[in-house]
Amino acid sequence: MGGLESFLFSFFNLKVMGTYLPLIAQGLGLTVILALLIVVSGLALGLALALLRACGIRPLNWLIIFVVDLFRALPPLVIIVLLFFGLPAMGLGMSGFAATWLSLTLVLMAFAEEIYWAGITAVPKGQWEAARSTGLGFFQTLRLVVLPQALRITIPPLTNRTIAITKGTALGSVVGVAEILGAAQSAMSFSANPSPLTLGAIAYLILFIPVVALGRWVETRFAWKR
Amino acid sequence: MTRPAPSPAAAATRPIVDARGLWKRFGPLTVLKGVDLSVAERELVFIIGPSGSGKSTLLRCLNRLEEPDDGSIHVDGIELLSRATDINAARRRIGMVFQSFNLYPHMTARQNVMLALRKVLKQERAQAEEAAARALDRVGLAERMDHYPAQLSGGQQQRVAIARAIALEPRVMLFDEPTSALDPELVGGVLAVMRELRQDGMTMVVVSHEMAFAKAAADRVVFMADGEKLEEGPPAQIFGDPRHERTRAFIRQIDRH
Ligand SMILES: Nc1ncnc2c1ncn2[C@@H]1O[C@H](COP(=O)(O)OP(=O)(O)OP(=O)(O)O)[C@@H](O)[C@H]1O
Ligand SMILES: [Mg+2]
Repeated sequence: MGGLESFLFSFFNLKVMGTYLPLIAQGLGLTVILALLIVVSGLALGLALALLRACGIRPLNWLIIFVVDLFRALPPLVIIVLLFFGLPAMGLGMSGFAATWLSLTLVLMAFAEEIYWAGITAVPKGQWEAARSTGLGFFQTLRLVVLPQALRITIPPLTNRTIAITKGTALGSVVGVAEILGAAQSAMSFSANPSPLTLGAIAYLILFIPVVALGRWVETRFAWKR
Repeated sequence: MTRPAPSPAAAATRPIVDARGLWKRFGPLTVLKGVDLSVAERELVFIIGPSGSGKSTLLRCLNRLEEPDDGSIHVDGIELLSRATDINAARRRIGMVFQSFNLYPHMTARQNVMLALRKVLKQERAQAEEAAARALDRVGLAERMDHYPAQLSGGQQQRVAIARAIALEPRVMLFDEPTSALDPELVGGVLAVMRELRQDGMTMVVVSHEMAFAKAAADRVVFMADGEKLEEGPPAQIFGDPRHERTRAFIRQIDRH
């Protein structure tokens, strides 16, 4: 076998690919579900923390900052491994799926909180004062005047961060989640051929290229509007 | 509906704004040193003074955007500083206009005016829309209702801000340098709106450097320096025959500009 032929046999083995396509497709489905769960819960929790922080209760804010810094500092894989291998030792076992979901949710929550918070503080103080001077309450002002402006600024960085973190779903393969990479790795060991990894890479591209393109679109769109 | 200017007798009735002995500190800096200010119904009080003398702080205390350390403030009979006071209910009787307009950039002119009508006064949409249209018409912007602030000139933005405040039918309006951020050619439009408000009987407290406007429209001018009210009186007296040396120096300096 020549070099090219051997390369094609290893990475683009159509027979192997055909066999394991359904498995990888399932992995793709699982990745989509996992990613959606992480995005929804991570962004919602991040917003909740930022809103709590806006209330300006000192000790609570220290706690929020501590939690946020913690999850921004820890590598996501470390959190996954801690949850998956560490918690059972305390009698709190969780599935690989749950450990991956929770870990990446916490990481996204932490980064999202910082981005939301930066957005809220970027809204000029005069906006608060104008709204409060007409008799609107603190929460009304936050919801009706400040948040709409804050969210607009946060959309580009938030989109990018969300994409980066949801790609971390591949880490689930370490704790036995049959998402794309996990499925591709099993297929590779069954077939003794790395072609399923190629399929996996293609599956990631199919999933994330539209998301990245969306991110780019969002970025340009919100860049000039402000 | 032009009403006569207040007679001295009107000033004898219960004042709309009655602030007494206001003290305010920012850390080591004492910005208000026991200031009294009383404003009668329909009166236009003009506050002047050098930069940093506490004019804005005084004005912002009058709707509790700034919390005085000591003193009392009654607005339309309500004690603003009492813990029992619903500050949001009190504030809707006190309109405020800021130097930097502070319109909500994500809302059209009409939506800017409608927000508090809907959310504070709990008006129905149709009613609020109509009230907003009326307020915008009063400031001469009926044609621009559906423009966003970024699509309006500074003068137009400031008039929207005035409409936003008057739509709530406040008992008193506070203006903090409403024309200072405007190009000279846009100042006149805003002052014209303020003059009309005054003719309609609005009680007003104005911090501004527009001395010509003060001479023409103010009932009383208050001169502040270093957190104290140094003197007050009718514009003719303050500008023509100031008693205090610092007032004299300030007026001379303003006249030179
Ligand atoms: N939030 C604040 N924190 C600390 N210092 C403040 C604050 N607000 C105002 N000051 C200070 O209080 C003093 C009075 O400020 P104020 O804005 O009331 O003056 P002013 O008479 O309105 O001046 P100007 O004509 O420049 O607007 C200034 O020295 C100012 O720096
Ligand atoms: Mg000022």
